[in-house]
Amino acid sequence: MSNIQSRRDFLKSTATAGGGLVLGFSWFTTEAFKPKVLANTAADVIDFNAYLAISPSGIVTIFSPNPEIGQGIKTAFPIVVAEELDADWEKVKVEQSPLDTKKFERQLTGGSGAIRHSWERLRKAGATARAMLVEAAAKKWSVPVSECTTSKGFVMHSSGKKLSYGELATAAAQITPPKDVKLKATKDFTLIGTSVKGIDNKDILRGKRLFGIDYKVEGMLQATIQRPPAFGLKLKSFDATEAKKMPGITDVVSFGNKVAIVGKTTWEVMQARKAVKIQWEKDKDLESSTDHDRIFKEMLNSTTPTVQRKDGDVEAAFKNAYKVIEAEYQCPFLPHSPMEPMNFFAHFKGDSIEMAGPSQTPQAAQGQIAKMFNLAPEKVTIELTRMGGGFGRRLNTDYAVEAAELSSIIKAPVKVTWSREDDMTGGIYRPAVRYRFKASIDKAGNMTGYMLHGASINAGNSTRQDNFPAGAVENLLIQSNDYKSPITTGPWRAPITNFLAYAEQAFLDEVAMAGGKDPIQFRLELLDKAQQRPVGKITYEPNRFREVTKLVAEKAGWNKKKKGVFQGFSVYFSHASYVAQIAEMAVVKGKPVLKKVYAAVDCGIVINESSARNQVFGAVVDGLGHAMYGNITFKEGAPQQDNFNKYRLIRYNEVPEIEAHFVNNGVDPTGLGEPALPPTGGAIANAIFKSTGKRLYNQPFSEQGATLG
Amino acid sequence: MALFNLKINGKTYKADVDGNTPLLWVLRDHLDLVGTKYGCGIAMCGACTVHINGEATRSCVLPVSTVANATIATVEGLSETAEHPVQQAWDEVDVPQCGYCQAGQMMTAAALLSKNANPSDKDIEDAMVGNICRCGTYHRIHDAVKLAAVKMKK
Repeated sequence: MSNIQSRRDFLKSTATAGGGLVLGFSWFTTEAFKPKVLANTAADVIDFNAYLAISPSGIVTIFSPNPEIGQGIKTAFPIVVAEELDADWEKVKVEQSPLDTKKFERQLTGGSGAIRHSWERLRKAGATARAMLVEAAAKKWSVPVSECTTSKGFVMHSSGKKLSYGELATAAAQITPPKDVKLKATKDFTLIGTSVKGIDNKDILRGKRLFGIDYKVEGMLQATIQRPPAFGLKLKSFDATEAKKMPGITDVVSFGNKVAIVGKTTWEVMQARKAVKIQWEKDKDLESSTDHDRIFKEMLNSTTPTVQRKDGDVEAAFKNAYKVIEAEYQCPFLPHSPMEPMNFFAHFKGDSIEMAGPSQTPQAAQGQIAKMFNLAPEKVTIELTRMGGGFGRRLNTDYAVEAAELSSIIKAPVKVTWSREDDMTGGIYRPAVRYRFKASIDKAGNMTGYMLHGASINAGNSTRQDNFPAGAVENLLIQSNDYKSPITTGPWRAPITNFLAYAEQAFLDEVAMAGGKDPIQFRLELLDKAQQRPVGKITYEPNRFREVTKLVAEKAGWNKKKKGVFQGFSVYFSHASYVAQIAEMAVVKGKPVLKKVYAAVDCGIVINESSARNQVFGAVVDGLGHAMYGNITFKEGAPQQDNFNKYRLIRYNEVPEIEAHFVNNGVDPTGLGEPALPPTGGAIANAIFKSTGKRLYNQPFSEQGATLG
Repeated sequence: MALFNLKINGKTYKADVDGNTPLLWVLRDHLDLVGTKYGCGIAMCGACTVHINGEATRSCVLPVSTVANATIATVEGLSETAEHPVQQAWDEVDVPQCGYCQAGQMMTAAALLSKNANPSDKDIEDAMVGNICRCGTYHRIHDAVKLAAVKMKK
């Protein structure tokens, strides 16, 4: 189904069939908010991309553009609209929009940005519809609008009369949308900030066909693809004689250094794949992990790093220092390991192609596929399915593009499903990084100089040069080197900061302790400086940093000398949100045991309390699990871990108690899919140091003897 | 190829497949029961958990020929209307994030509770440790198992 067609169908079913109100508005934040009542005309279908519809039966439908990956966006968007509309939440439903690059400015899931981007527009849409319903009621009753109020899907008059939104919807469609609507004061919110259950819960819990891997159309074939088993190899030749004879197999074809086995069922193609004899040959360097260790050292000794930021004179600061502290921290490549492996459906039809699957960036996939076949972008339609996690993996389009290419070769509708081994060894890893830190302090323990040198493999700039502690130190140098490797990398939940935060927060503890300062006091003093006398440009708000720091310290009883409890602190700013954490270790039978993690979060207004807590808990568990266990190593280009028996993910029995607190400051909401992850590794490393005296300089921690008890 | 009459969720399903085909793929590709998920294919993650004669079992490594006469239950068989106490508890606690692993989590929990009406924290841990949730919803899974236990007594 094309997107234009689906929008037309949507309008048909809502607007014209039995009356009601369909309000269209533009999602573009670069355009003024000009809502319009829609009818089922071609012009309307094309001109408007976001809809809010109220049927005569009172059902409120919101057409939502952003794909759901588990971050709760499909529930959060309608909450915002329903709040301003004063809708009855029980009567709100959401339609997932297909990809429409013409009309949706930001149809992607990444960077924790969906709510930030859409907040005001969604509120205005709800408030506009509400104003029109009120005006319709006032007209009917011949009373002034000022005497009418709304609540839970009804307009009420002071005399006691009331009409439901469903009863008013058709009349409201005759009213010109107001140009300026008044939004609610945050104190008047009745739905935003409450706990609302996931809008798709019931379908998930009944095992409905929701995910890309569940997608099916009549006549669809299944495929599995053998990609090079090592980075740096290319396809030389293959012999599929035996495989082609196997049951259910319809075709074995090669393209782009891959061999695709196509057949009737997933299991049959997986079996036949083992029977294809493939020869590979060397194309690029076949790197091993030992090579990477050497490459890191070479980069950190580089005399020509890229300078990302320079304040004052850091060399002079080091020269005149009372003490200089130096350390290096390293992290490995990581796969994303979403529970749903990569998959995509494609049906190439010559002059168009229909696609369906789980994608965080459908727009990018559309562009690449259109280019590959020399088609106009709108000839590539993509239906967006729910995603079984992504963590950044589905920002890459490789698995959608290859499905399209395969369909064009075999001229049939086909779904490509990756095995877990394909998923873990196929690349797009979190880049491996090594950081060198150097800091100077004066006699009083104040930090006078700070240097960070990032050395990364396929990460680009591995620093965040304008983030804390930049702005709080007179002399600062942030620089980086990057190495181009055949190993493919990409964003991984909280890109760069997922590791940088740990390294920096552990190092800042080292600096605080070298100067005899309490780690929290040390950071608060730096934040005071950044607030009062900032050095250069800063991207963060020091007071919001301070608030989460103080809140977590208060909740965890920092420095209250709890007996047998060792606390580690960490705080980080990412994706416009601030998160501070304190990890508590106890020593049981001589071994440190992680007991509890406290988190204080400033993501502005919390839209859905239940979902927000779920995100924070999940991010802490994710940060903890990967810091403890995650590691992909290489031998001559080949990943050495290919499934969960060799690559450990954190399990049920390994999670500590978690307590999450939100700062209630009424600031416009920011992202929450990522920001609670970066601080976790640092809090744990700092707590382990306190309990054992051992500083963990490399991830995974488990390979340095750390345990969770 | 062989014809199997499989007893799943109280109904009989016919599948003409190779006897070595894992039950998971018979469910997903042949019988349109896609609630049971593929996660690892080596019985390490639990996404494919079903009940075989009441026992929580990994269907991704289970040849269909071995369950030809068994009583099989999948997530679709808990309750079509999501009214099984485990489903209700999962909804009330608002467990899912991405939701992909939750069918397997619930099937493991349902098997535990059918045998042990009052599971201790240790019993729950022993049962749930085999199911990975990549989103990290373990705390809510714990709370939901506890709540489901209460609901099942009513």
